[in-house]
Amino acid sequence: MVYALVGWLSFRRHSAYLAASIGATVSNTFFGFLRAYILIAVWKYKPDLGGYDVLDAITFSFLTQALIGPVQIFGGLDLAQRVRTGDVAIDLHRPADLQAWWLADDLGRAAHAFLSRGFAPLAAGWLVFGIVLPGPAQGAAFLLSLLLAVLVGFGMRYLVALAVFWIHDARGVEAIIRSCALFLSGMLMPLVAFPGAVGAVVQALPWAALIQVPADVYLGKRQGWDLLAAYAFQAGWALALLLLGRALTRAAHRRLVIQGG
Amino acid sequence: MVSTWLLLARTWTRAALQYPATLAMLSAGVVISTSLDLLTIVIVFLHVPRFGGFEPAGVMYLYGGAHIAFALSNVLIGSADRLGEHIRTGNFDTMLIRPVHPLVQLATEDFSPRKVARLVPSCLVLGWGISRLDLSPGDLLLTALMIVNGTVLFCALWVLAAAAQFVLLDAAQATHVITWGGEFTVQYPMSLYAREFLYAVTFVVPLAFVNWQPSLYVLGVPDPLGLPGFVRFLGPVATALLCLVAAAAWRTGLRHYRSTGS
Repeated sequence: MVYALVGWLSFRRHSAYLAASIGATVSNTFFGFLRAYILIAVWKYKPDLGGYDVLDAITFSFLTQALIGPVQIFGGLDLAQRVRTGDVAIDLHRPADLQAWWLADDLGRAAHAFLSRGFAPLAAGWLVFGIVLPGPAQGAAFLLSLLLAVLVGFGMRYLVALAVFWIHDARGVEAIIRSCALFLSGMLMPLVAFPGAVGAVVQALPWAALIQVPADVYLGKRQGWDLLAAYAFQAGWALALLLLGRALTRAAHRRLVIQGG
Repeated sequence: MVSTWLLLARTWTRAALQYPATLAMLSAGVVISTSLDLLTIVIVFLHVPRFGGFEPAGVMYLYGGAHIAFALSNVLIGSADRLGEHIRTGNFDTMLIRPVHPLVQLATEDFSPRKVARLVPSCLVLGWGISRLDLSPGDLLLTALMIVNGTVLFCALWVLAAAAQFVLLDAAQATHVITWGGEFTVQYPMSLYAREFLYAVTFVVPLAFVNWQPSLYVLGVPDPLGLPGFVRFLGPVATALLCLVAAAAWRTGLRHYRSTGS
C-alpha cells in the first residue's frame, strides 16, 4: 500500500542523518537535567504535589525530553514550506490523499525519532537519578498513548501548514503556536502543578494530549477505566483535528492558484 | 566591520519587513514565550516560598539580567550557530568568496527586529526585580556592567558553538547545549543545580559569570560553592579567557575547513 511505503521511506530518509539525531539527543538529554533540578526544588518542598512524588517529577523531565522528537513539539511540517514555494501543486496532483500522505510521512518520521532519540534521555535519567522504568504492560500502554500523541501533534501541525494557503508564510504562526504548546503541554511545568481551575482547563486542551497524558500513562497514574479515558481523550482530539484538517484541505483545493507555466 | 554589520542588519530588516504579518507574529511569539516562562516561575512560587533560596524579586533579577544579556548577544551574533547548515548546503563557500568577514555575514543573517522584541519583557522583569530590591547606585552600576559582560560572554559562546560546527556538521544541534542551554541554565538561581554541575559552569564553561556570581554580590547572598569573595568580580577575566578560546577555535576551524566536497 502506498501510504505504508511513504511511511517506510520517510523512516529511511530520516535514518540517513545519524549525526543530526545524535546532536539532537545530546541537547534533549542536557535539558532533561536542567528541568529535573528545577522540578526537584518544587517537589522537595511539596512532595506530593499533583499526585507526583519527587521521582515521578524527575522521570517526567527526562521522559518528556524523550518525547520532543516523536511529537515534534518544536517543529512544523515540511508541507508548510511546500505550500509557500508552490511545490504543493505536485503533492495535490498525486493520486493519493494529501492528508493521508503527509500523515504517513510523519508517522515514519516519528517512529525514527522515537527509536533514535527516545532512549538516551531516559537512560541518562536512570543512571543519574534512577528514574521510573515501566514494566512490559505499562510500556505497551505508553506506546499506544504515544501513538495517539503523535496523531494529535500531526493534526495540529497539519492545520498550521495548511494555513499557509491563506497567509502565505507560516513562520509567525508556528512561533506563536510553539510558545503556547511548550507551556500548555506541560513541557515547562507539569500540568498537574497548575492551580485549580487553570489546571482543569489546560488539562482539557489538545496540548495535554501531546505530553502530559502520555507521561501520566508512563508513570502509571492512569489505570483501568481511567486509562481508557486517557486514550479516549487523546483519540477524541486526534479525530477532531484530523477532521478539521480534511475540511481545510478541501477548502485549500478551491483556494489554490498555480502560477507560471 | 561595524559599518558592514549595520549595513547587513539593515538589509535583512528590510527583507523581514516584506512579511509584516509574519514579523509581527514572530515578535509576538518571542514576547509570549518569555511571558509563559515567567508564568511558570509564578506557578513555582504558588507552591514554594523561596526558589533556590531566593524570593521572587531575586529570582526575577537573575532572570531579567540573564535574558537581557542573552537577547543582546542574540541580536549581535545569534545566527552564527547556523554554520553547520551552511556547510552542509555549500552556502558557506559562497560566503567565503565575498569581501566581508564570514563571521559578520553569519552574525547578521536573517537579522530581524523580532530579536530586539526579546528585550522588552526581559527589561520589564529586571526593572520589576530592581524596584523590589532596594539597590544602591553602586549596585545598579554593577548590574549594568554585569549585563555588558554577560553579553560579551554569550557572544563568545555563539562563536564557540559556530566553531564547533566545523567539526560537528550535521550534529550542530549539540551546540545548543552551550547557547540555548546556557540561557536556560542562567535564567534560574544556580543554587538549584548539583554541585558538580555548578563547578562545571563556573570553571569549564563559565556561565556562572553571566549573572550568577555578580548577582550573589549585589543580592548579598553567600556562594553555595563557598568560593572566595573576589570571584564575584572575576567576570571580565572569565569573559576575556573565553573570547580567546572562541577566537582560537574559530580560526582553527576556518583554517581547516575544506568544503563539503560532494
